Amino acid sequence: MTQASLGESVVQKTIHATQTQNNGVAASVTQTQPLWLLAEVTYRCPLHCAFCYNPTDYDKHTQNELTTEQWIQALRDARKLGAIQLGISGGEPLLRDDIEEIVVEARKLGYYSNLITSGVGLTEKRIQAFKEGGLDHIQLSMHDITEEINNFITNTKTFELKKKVAAMIKSHGYPMVLNVVIHRYNIGHMKEILEMADALGAEYIELANTQYYGWSLVNRSQLMPTKEQVEEAERITNEFREKSGSKMKIFFVVPDYFSDRPKKCMNGWGEVFMIVTANGDVLPCHSARVLPNMQFPNVKDTDLGWSWKDSPAFNKYRGDSWMKEPCRTCDEKEKDLGGCRCQTFLLTGDAEAADPVCSKSPHHHLIEQAILDSRNPAIAAQPIVFRNDKNSKRIIAGELKDRIGELHALP
Amino acid sequence: MDNTIQDSDIYTLSMHHRFQWEEAQNSYVILFPEGMVKLHGGAGEVIKRLDGKATVGDVVADLKATFPDAENIEKDIIGMFELALSKAWIRKA
Repeated sequence: MTQASLGESVVQKTIHATQTQNNGVAASVTQTQPLWLLAEVTYRCPLHCAFCYNPTDYDKHTQNELTTEQWIQALRDARKLGAIQLGISGGEPLLRDDIEEIVVEARKLGYYSNLITSGVGLTEKRIQAFKEGGLDHIQLSMHDITEEINNFITNTKTFELKKKVAAMIKSHGYPMVLNVVIHRYNIGHMKEILEMADALGAEYIELANTQYYGWSLVNRSQLMPTKEQVEEAERITNEFREKSGSKMKIFFVVPDYFSDRPKKCMNGWGEVFMIVTANGDVLPCHSARVLPNMQFPNVKDTDLGWSWKDSPAFNKYRGDSWMKEPCRTCDEKEKDLGGCRCQTFLLTGDAEAADPVCSKSPHHHLIEQAILDSRNPAIAAQPIVFRNDKNSKRIIAGELKDRIGELHALP
Repeated sequence: MDNTIQDSDIYTLSMHHRFQWEEAQNSYVILFPEGMVKLHGGAGEVIKRLDGKATVGDVVADLKATFPDAENIEKDIIGMFELALSKAWIRKA
């Protein structure tokens, strides 16, 4: 998976543009629709990005992927529930050879479909088939303007390939939608990254500051930039918006560790976002499986409508009736719904506590400590644990305790 | 760029945007990369008439004929064109 922030940012974009959409999530009972369906069709990936938010135990889910027929059925069922934006993601979705069939079905059903890819495996033949099949757009991950950083952070030699793929996407008349995950190694190149995107003819660029889930949580101290760097990056972005005259739409996704209020994660649990994972699990957010005592439905044996509307998992954190203090009586609770359940559990061990990002949280010191750790030369100098099968197997086997021992679940 | 809406202008949906009826929303929507706009009844009626040939004047005339009881709709229609143009949902044909 190439986009650290897809959950939050995409939903927010959907919602912000949706002036008349009813997103009232203050009440305990809400009228919800899974407007966004994210199909994480595989966890296999040729890239090994240090900031990937996929589960660190993904290796368990690479042998039991849904079949083409099962994906098509899931698409049909979700469409009936109101899903309209489809993200085809992973891992690297192009490692499956049936994306063409999935795209055709998506178009037939009336989805606005988006292939979220690293570009590895995109050929003239395949992009032609996607175009004919009705794929609406392709979101390409880019990593840096330098070959050195691109190849380092992805742990692969993919720099030249990405430039070729960008040109291919453009030449087939697709809108150019770029996603750049921002971290310590590329945050100093913000202006150059924006200029590169503009020169490539990008219509949209998402500058997604790394959020710490999955592999990026393991590598948090190695990836986190300083607050000053983030502020400078935002300043450069704003300046580019105002002065460059570029028509490119720029989304700057703010990192939550440096704010004193949490993000409204997924725009609310089970509000607009539904994920079906490679093995068919149905989730309200990418990392929900870290939460304890939760049984998530699976499309292989459960009706998707029941999963969304009635399953205990999707109702567990809908609205605000599950909240504890300080959230329960907080006058800002509707703004962020207490933040992210997964982040809260991973860091505090209590899924129903306030997100520790919040300065009102009794656990806020955990975030402050993480920021301090990232500036501690001895900790920050630890090697990056790249996202690959070998490291996933090691984490499943209980190794790497020094890196994940303090977390309350496998990230 | 001149954003004044002229009667003789012809507008069409922007590239990579799709307009469709959404049963689940009970409304028209415009879809584009990573977003969606749900259109109130009147707004949907305006966008629906953008076929790459109809001028703004044609759209106004057609809507007046279709909704004879609606008062002062010309102002609302032009307002919708202005909004849609400012949001880049539509472009000059």
